Amino acid sequence: MAELTFVRTQMVAPREAPGVSIGIVKWMRENLFNGWLNSILTVLSLYAIYALVSHIGPWFRHAVWDAGSLQECRAIIQATWGEGASGACFAVLRERWQQYLFGFYPSELYWRPTLTFFLMFAALAPILFAELPRRLIWLSAAFPGLAYWLLWGGSIFVPISVYAGVAIAVVVYAAAAGRREGPLAAFAAVAAALVWWAYLAGPVAGVLASTGIGTLTPVQSKLFGGFTLSFVIGVTGIVCSLPIGVLLALGRRSDMFFVKTICVMFIEFIRGVPLITLLLVASFLLNIFLPPGTNFDIILRVIIMVTLFASAYMAETIRGGLAALPKGQYEAADALGLDYWRAMRLVIMPQALKISIPGIVNNFIGLFKDTTLVAIIALLDPLGLTTAIRADSNWNGLIWELYGFVALVFFLFCYSMSQYSQYLERKLRTGPQ
Amino acid sequence: MSDVAATDLKRAAPAAFKVTDEIAIEIAGMNKWYGQFHVLRDIDLNVYRGERIVVCGPSGSGKSTLIRCINRLEEHQKGKIAVDGVELTSDLKNIDKIRSEVGMVFQHFNLFPHLTILENCTLAPIWVRKTPKREAEEIAMHFLTKVKIPEQANKYPGQLSGGQQQRVAIARSLCMKPRIMLFDEPTSALDPEMIKEVLDTMIELAEEGMTMICVTHEMGFAQAVANRVIFMDQGQIVEQNEPKEFFNNPKSDRTKLFLSQILGH
Repeated sequence: MAELTFVRTQMVAPREAPGVSIGIVKWMRENLFNGWLNSILTVLSLYAIYALVSHIGPWFRHAVWDAGSLQECRAIIQATWGEGASGACFAVLRERWQQYLFGFYPSELYWRPTLTFFLMFAALAPILFAELPRRLIWLSAAFPGLAYWLLWGGSIFVPISVYAGVAIAVVVYAAAAGRREGPLAAFAAVAAALVWWAYLAGPVAGVLASTGIGTLTPVQSKLFGGFTLSFVIGVTGIVCSLPIGVLLALGRRSDMFFVKTICVMFIEFIRGVPLITLLLVASFLLNIFLPPGTNFDIILRVIIMVTLFASAYMAETIRGGLAALPKGQYEAADALGLDYWRAMRLVIMPQALKISIPGIVNNFIGLFKDTTLVAIIALLDPLGLTTAIRADSNWNGLIWELYGFVALVFFLFCYSMSQYSQYLERKLRTGPQ
Repeated sequence: MSDVAATDLKRAAPAAFKVTDEIAIEIAGMNKWYGQFHVLRDIDLNVYRGERIVVCGPSGSGKSTLIRCINRLEEHQKGKIAVDGVELTSDLKNIDKIRSEVGMVFQHFNLFPHLTILENCTLAPIWVRKTPKREAEEIAMHFLTKVKIPEQANKYPGQLSGGQQQRVAIARSLCMKPRIMLFDEPTSALDPEMIKEVLDTMIELAEEGMTMICVTHEMGFAQAVANRVIFMDQGQIVEQNEPKEFFNNPKSDRTKLFLSQILGH
């Protein structure tokens, strides 16, 4: 039986892994010519790529950037590249690119949407990148008012008076919270802000505006168009739908019967209706229900509808993240004495949102692309403009150049969002992997 | 609660277990149901300050549910639970107050994976106790040193071993300076080699006079540390005694059977 016993006298020291060749030949063998079936597929794919490039390549190479109409384009291409040659007519973009960017915004005021666009990145930066100084968040907070003022013009006291309502709420809350119960102080704060907005903000802003300080030429909503319109709707929708979605998701998981019922009804109703229906309601029906004489801006109406629509989807995405968290996380937060809102804010939401990042960005991208649906209600978004440009006798017959351009711009922004989300996921990874 | 007569108080806390005169937890005539299922039946239990109680029993006997009722992770439907004289009702203020005075350690640690070890420990002191951040960090480092892992402070829970995570969980609870600690099978999810390091931490805590209730199957720990062992079955306290008597001279047949099962192998 002695041969059955075994005692190790020496522990085996770790050794280096066998050398792995990382040459290009090995990579090709593994990925391209791994067996006869894959070799055939590789060859076929190469041919497909060649066929595609050899047809599209000349189209780009023959592109004309300087012409007054499609006929001129074609004439130039025939003259340069011979009879029967085809090519892109990018001259239309050269002529109409400003319209694509700004719609019918007055051309002497183009600097305003442009400035807003770049300010948007400055305002987003502190939200997207935690490394930046926290003080920059004030710029982010000021941006919505600033953007409104720059885009629509008018007196700067209009957005300021709106912000003043928030400031009043904060002051009232701080004053009341010392003496009264928390919910009561919050109620007083909200009431004070509402009173300010409903009765005082308008007259006060009117008086201040009459001084003429900080007044920009007003621009009407019907002049908005192109990517300016897409961005106004898309960015506002994205920024507003996330917090509303969070609240709806929490409401749907709440123990409180009425809160839960309202949230479920809202989500199921909005999600069950096509966005176009909501846009048509915003465009045609809403005015019927509003008191006569109210001038409810069309872009604002569309933004509200898009936001509601997106937040219903967002709520379900976030609810998925909440459901994925182990029950122990909720219990540990409770056991430490954190109240509901602190537990949600500090423990539950950071984890649930992290889990939901792919879904949330999915919603963002979908929402941004859905802004093109406003073409249905005669707003001139990039697709609406494309229809208008194609109706111009000079450019009648162009398809690829126009839609390709719109697609490219959308792709750039959607792809950036996707890349950012992947960066964020990598950054937030805290596990052992 | 007429069924909780004065005579029952003797059952709730035999005078022999008085470590001090102060009652830390008072449970009287407590009942709990899950739907129609009667999980906890007529529980009477007084815990004196400084007591180290071990609760054992077969699975499904309601022992975890019992200690989870004490900080209201589970709601009881009938009877009274008072912690430090504050009665647990549906009043949220009382619940949060009691929870901040009662530390809890879970079977699966339940550390917050998105926060570092240090942040796990400072979260509740900063947001519940309103301790300034620097002071909270000093307290956290003090307790992390006590559980012997100060060098891990800036790592994330996912990078630690199970035993280390559980010791962090203990430190996290201690940072709230609780007056009572509840342990819900703290070593059940650990490898045998790691159980000892967690038990050592708990023993140290007991020696400092912390009031503890511990649901565990570590009978060695019970014998070494507990001043009272409670045996539960079918949602009831079947037997309670000091450890020596409990293990050497169990009174009820159910207890005898249970002990023979867990000690016999």
